Amino acid sequence: MTKREIIQELLARRQKFTHRESETIVNAMFDAMANSLTRGERIEIRGFGSFAVKQRRARQGRNPKTGQLVRVDAKQIPFFRAGKELRIEVNGAEEAGR
Amino acid sequence: MGVVTPQGMTKADLVELIYERVGSSRKEACEVVEAVFAIIRDSLRHGQKVKISGFGTFLVNQKHARRGRNPQTGEPITIDSRRVLSFKPSQVLKERVNDGSKPAL
Repeated sequence: MTKREIIQELLARRQKFTHRESETIVNAMFDAMANSLTRGERIEIRGFGSFAVKQRRARQGRNPKTGQLVRVDAKQIPFFRAGKELRIEVNGAEEAGR
Repeated sequence: MGVVTPQGMTKADLVELIYERVGSSRKEACEVVEAVFAIIRDSLRHGQKVKISGFGTFLVNQKHARRGRNPQTGEPITIDSRRVLSFKPSQVLKERVNDGSKPAL
């Protein structure tokens, strides 16, 4: 599923909105979440999961092709942890669905 | 823009943002925010990945059953095969998080 399909599905489920509004809603939500992470904030969506920015320390790495040692700088990475409900849903569907 | 609460962003901030953008009522804004997450959940529940350009991809990975050990007792146990969710942030988001001085909006 892509963002465009989310917009279409939202249109199907919430018929009060126009296509333009549906687009605005989905884009605004993810832009706001991306901006929040960019500011280093945590995002908590109950029933879904939480996003946070994790700090990775600088380390010695190797170029996997040449084996040469390289320095990997410290960096920050966006991180998602699924909420308990979603974790159970994702796992549970397999037994029920097949 | 959504209100920034001290603990970061919550669903309430997204509801406020949508209310400001598309109006009607807070109740409707709340329902529509819930609907977006419900759509994503439904897709993931069916094992289908969800790709949001500029943000990232939610993926469902199948893990094989394996032999494990109870780390406290050392007792061997079987860990059943299961499906786990993972999130792969987009290149754009990774770059932005490392260069917080340049928000796209």
